[in-house]
Amino acid sequence: MGKIWRVSGPLVIADDMKGSQVYEVVEIGEEGLVGEIVGLDGNRAIIQAHEDTLGLKVGEVVKGTGKVLSAELGPGLVGSIYDGLQKSLLTLGENIGAFIKRGAKASALPRGKKWQFTPTAKVGDAVSQGDIIGIVPETNLMEHRIMVPVGIKGTIKEIRQGDYTVEEPVAWIKHDGEVTELTLMQEWPVRKPRPYKQRADPSGLLTTGMRILDYMFPLALGGKASIPGGFGTGKTVALQQLARWAQTHLNIYVGCGERGNEMADVLYSFRQLKDPNTGRLLQEKEIFIANTSNMPVVAREASIFVGITMAEYFRDMGYDILVVADSTSRWAEAMREMSGRLEEMPGEEGFPSYMGSRLSSFYERAGMVECLGIPERKGSVTVAGAVSPPGADFSEPVTQNTLRIIDAFYALDVSLANKRHFPAINWLTSYSLYVDAVKDWWNEHDPGWENTRAGALKLLQQEAELEEIVRLIGPEALPEGDKLLLLTTRMIREDFLQQSSYHEVDTYCTPAKAGLMLKTIMKFYQLAQEMLNSGAGIDSIRSSPVVYRISRMKDIPNEVFEQRIKELWSEMEKSLVTGKRVS
Amino acid sequence: MDFSSLYVKEGRAISKAKGSLLIAESIPGIRFNEMVDVQLSNGEMKSGQAIDISKEATIIEVFGGVSEVDLIGCKIRCKGETLKLPVSIDILGRVFNGMGEPIDGGPRLIPEDYLDINGEPINPALRQPPAEFIETGISAIDGLNALVRGQKLPIFSGSGLPHNRIVAQIIRQATVKGKEERFALVFAAIGISYDDASFFMKNLERTGALERTIAFINTASDPVIERISTPRLALTAAEYLAWKQNMHVLVVLTDMTNYCEALRELSSMREEIPSRRGYPGYMYTDLATMYERAGRISGKEGSVTIMPILTMPDDDITHPIPDLTGYITEGQIVLSRNLERKGIYPPIDVFLSLSRMMKEGIGPGKTREDHNNVFMQSYSAYAEGCYLREISTIIGAEALGERDKIYLTSADEFERKFISQGEFEKRTVENTLDIAWGLFSTLPEEDLKLIREEFIKKYLPKYH
Repeated sequence: MGKIWRVSGPLVIADDMKGSQVYEVVEIGEEGLVGEIVGLDGNRAIIQAHEDTLGLKVGEVVKGTGKVLSAELGPGLVGSIYDGLQKSLLTLGENIGAFIKRGAKASALPRGKKWQFTPTAKVGDAVSQGDIIGIVPETNLMEHRIMVPVGIKGTIKEIRQGDYTVEEPVAWIKHDGEVTELTLMQEWPVRKPRPYKQRADPSGLLTTGMRILDYMFPLALGGKASIPGGFGTGKTVALQQLARWAQTHLNIYVGCGERGNEMADVLYSFRQLKDPNTGRLLQEKEIFIANTSNMPVVAREASIFVGITMAEYFRDMGYDILVVADSTSRWAEAMREMSGRLEEMPGEEGFPSYMGSRLSSFYERAGMVECLGIPERKGSVTVAGAVSPPGADFSEPVTQNTLRIIDAFYALDVSLANKRHFPAINWLTSYSLYVDAVKDWWNEHDPGWENTRAGALKLLQQEAELEEIVRLIGPEALPEGDKLLLLTTRMIREDFLQQSSYHEVDTYCTPAKAGLMLKTIMKFYQLAQEMLNSGAGIDSIRSSPVVYRISRMKDIPNEVFEQRIKELWSEMEKSLVTGKRVS
Repeated sequence: MDFSSLYVKEGRAISKAKGSLLIAESIPGIRFNEMVDVQLSNGEMKSGQAIDISKEATIIEVFGGVSEVDLIGCKIRCKGETLKLPVSIDILGRVFNGMGEPIDGGPRLIPEDYLDINGEPINPALRQPPAEFIETGISAIDGLNALVRGQKLPIFSGSGLPHNRIVAQIIRQATVKGKEERFALVFAAIGISYDDASFFMKNLERTGALERTIAFINTASDPVIERISTPRLALTAAEYLAWKQNMHVLVVLTDMTNYCEALRELSSMREEIPSRRGYPGYMYTDLATMYERAGRISGKEGSVTIMPILTMPDDDITHPIPDLTGYITEGQIVLSRNLERKGIYPPIDVFLSLSRMMKEGIGPGKTREDHNNVFMQSYSAYAEGCYLREISTIIGAEALGERDKIYLTSADEFERKFISQGEFEKRTVENTLDIAWGLFSTLPEEDLKLIREEFIKKYLPKYH
C-alpha cells in the first residue's frame, strides 16, 4: 500500500510502491479512483489517473490491485454501453443518477443474470485453449460460444447444462491432477493481443451499404481503414453508417473523446433501426463504448483497447467483427497530454515519439485469423478509425502516422461537405488496397465489376482535368463530347456517389443495386455517345426524360429495383435511339 | 463567499514567484485544485488555486498575477474547498463577476447549495437526443441551420461583424413552438469591452428579459485568470436552473476567443509544452468539458443550450480556436465578411455554417414536412449559383448558357430575399420555407431533384 507523493492533473506519483508492476491497476485515494502505473522509479510509481484527480491530497493511500487493466468477456456484452474502463453506464445510471461521479464502480457483465448454457462438449473430452465447449444464446442475433480460456487444457471432468450466472462454474477441467473451474466469463488484459493459430489475408467484401465504399473503395473483412476529415465533413455520420449497416456478426462502436449528444443519438437510433438482412433491432449486434470528450482524458486510451479486446474475443468464436473508433485523434491527444506531464521529449507537434507505434499496436490487431481450438474456424476484426486533423490539414502527425498503417483511406473533403455532397469522400484522393482481396467476391456477385468501377473512376479523373479548363473558358465553350462527359460524371457524382443517410431507402444500398445503378449510368453514357456521333446535339440528351429518371434511381426500394431498372434500360434504348433518328 | 473562519492550513515558505505562479514548500493536507487565499505583507488578499501538489512543493496559481508578492511576509491560506458557486433560485436577475461575487449592489444571496464549478459529466447513456426546434425567427438559421434545445451551436465571427446584434436578435425572438415553459438566459461576458457588455445588458433590460437572466461579467480590464472561471460559473448556474429548477436555459458565452487567449497565457506561465500556435495541447478537452455541459437528460424537464460566440483571428476558420470548437460543438454559424460588405444582414455564410442536430429538430409535427427537402434544394441551387458566379468573373456572364444564367440570378435573389432580413423582423419557419419556394419557382422544375414530387405539387407556387 502506497501513499500519494505528488498530484499534477492526471499524473499521480505515489511513494512506497515497491513490488508493483508497470500497467498494474491501482486505486487512488479514499474514493478509489482508477489509475494505471505507467512507470516505476525506485519506490515510486508514476500513475496515470483515469478519473478526475480534483481534491486529492498528498499522503492519501494508493492501493495496488495486482492486476493489469483487463476486460471482462462473457455473455452480457452485446447491447451494452460502457465507459472507457468498461463500466456499464446503464448500471451507473441506475446506481448514481444522470451524472457520473468519480470513483463510482459498475461491473461490465451483469452478475445476477442467468444465461442458458448448452454444452457442446462432453465429459471425457480432451480440450485445450480456444475449444468451444458450449453455447449461450445471448441475443436473437448472437450465439455466444463459450471457449476454453487461453492457457488451459485437460480433460472435462464435469460439464453442466442449465441456467447460470457468469460467476457460477459450468465445467471442470482436469489436468495433471489439478482441476480448473470454468465459468461463462473470462478476463483478458486489454493491451495484449489475444492469440490465434495463424494470420490469414483479409478477403471478402465487408458490405457496408455505402456505394462509394462497397463499389469504389471496398473494405475487406479483416481490413484497416481510416477516415480523416475536418469538422463538419461527416466523419461521425460515416462511422455511424458503418456501425449501422455493416454486414458483420457484431459491431463495436467506440466513441472516444467525442460529443455526448451524438452518442445519445447513436444509442437512440440503434434501439429503433432494424438490420436489413435479419430484421432484428441493431442493438442486438452492437456494443457501445461512450467515453465522451468531457469524461476523463486518460480513459480515452483505455477505451480503444477495451473495444478491440472485446472484438478479438468474438473473433475467436469465429465471427466477423467491425470496430469503429471515433476519433483516434482524441486518443492521440490524451497520449500527448500524459506525455507532457511525464516531461517526455516531445516529437512532432508535441505528440510523443511513440505515438506511431501505439497507433500501430491498435490497428495491427485487426485482421483475418484462423482461431485457436476446435472446431476449426476463421474470424476477423475489421477496424475503421476516424482522424480529426486540425484545420483539415492531412499533413499533421496523427493522419500521417495512421496512413502508414492502414490500407483503405477515405479522405473527407471540406469543399464537398460545403456543397452538401455526402458522404464527402473525395474520389480522387481516397484509395483502397483491398481491390484484389474482394475481386473474387465481386466477380461472383456482379461480373464486370472491375471494368465498370475502373471506367467510372477514369471518367471522374477526366472530369477533374476538364474542370480546370471550364474555369478558364466556361462550360458552354467545350466540345459536345466533353459536355456529355461532364453530364455523365455529374450523374455519377450526384446520382450514384451521393447517398443520403437519412432517406429510408437510400441509407442502405445493396451491392447488387449499387452495381446496377452505376451500370445504368455507364450505359446511358454509351448510348448518348452514339447519339452524339450520329449528329444529335447535347441539348436533346440533356432534356431527355431518362436523365431525370436516373436521378431518382436511389429512392427505388431494393425489392422492385431490378424490375424498374429493366424498364429504365428499355426506355433508355428507345428514347436515346429515337433521338438519334430525329437528328 | 466568506471562508475566513474555515481556514484550515497555512503555508509561509514561498521560494519563487513568477508570472502568476507561486512555488511554496509543501503544505500538508492541501487538496489538488483547491482554492487558496494569498495574503500579502500589506494585508491585501488574492485568490489562487493549487495546480501541482507534492511532498516537496506546492504550486499556486494566483488570480490577478503575483504583483506585490514578496517571498517573506506573504502567507498562503487554504480553504479546503475547490471553487464553488453558491446557488438558489434568487440568482435569477443578478449580476456577478468572474469569481461569482455579486456586482449589482443587490443583497447577499442565501445559498441553498454550493456547486463545484467544474460540474460532473452527464452519463452519455442517459442523455436524451435533442429534438425540439427553437424558432429564432432568422431564416438563415431556422431554414438551413436549425437550432434545437440541448444543442451547442457557436457563432464564428470576425472582428467588426455584427455577431452581437444577431445574438441579441436570437435572445429577443427565440421561442419553442406551442409551448409556454420556464425559460432562462445565462449570459457570460468573457474579456469583452465594457461597451459590448453594456450593449447586451441594455438589450436585455429593454426587452424586459432581465429578471430571467443571470449575468457573469468579466470585462477586458478584469483579471485574466477570472476568464477561466467565468464561463464555468455561468454553466454551473445554468445546470442548477435546468436540472434542479426544471427550466430551459440558453447560455450565451462571449467571447470565447478571449477565454482561449487566457488559457494560452496561463499555459505558457506554467511552462507547458505548447501545441499549435502556442495554445496548450489540452485546449480541446478543456473546451469540451464546458461545451459538453449542454444537453437534455432522460426523465428531466429542463435543458441547457449553449451558444458561444468567438471571433476568428484574421477570419481564419482553421485557426486553433474555431477549429477545436468546431470539433466539439454541434455545428457552427459562420459570419461572412463578403456578405457584410454587400450590406446583407445577417451575413450568415450558409456553406460554412452547419447544424448537426437539425435533422432531429425539423420535419412533420416539428416544423413542416418539406423542411428537409427545401433545405437540401436551397443549398444545392445556391451552391451552383455561387460556382457560376465564380466562373463568370473570368469568362463574363454573357458566355454562360441560359440555364446557368437562371442559377446565377437565383443565387443573388437567395441572398437578397432569403438570407437578408431586418434586425427586428421575426419570420415564422413557414414564412421562411415559403420564401424558399418562391425562389424555386424561377428554376427549371425538373432540376428540383432533391424534393419529393408530392411536395413540389403541394408547395410550388404555380400549382396553387
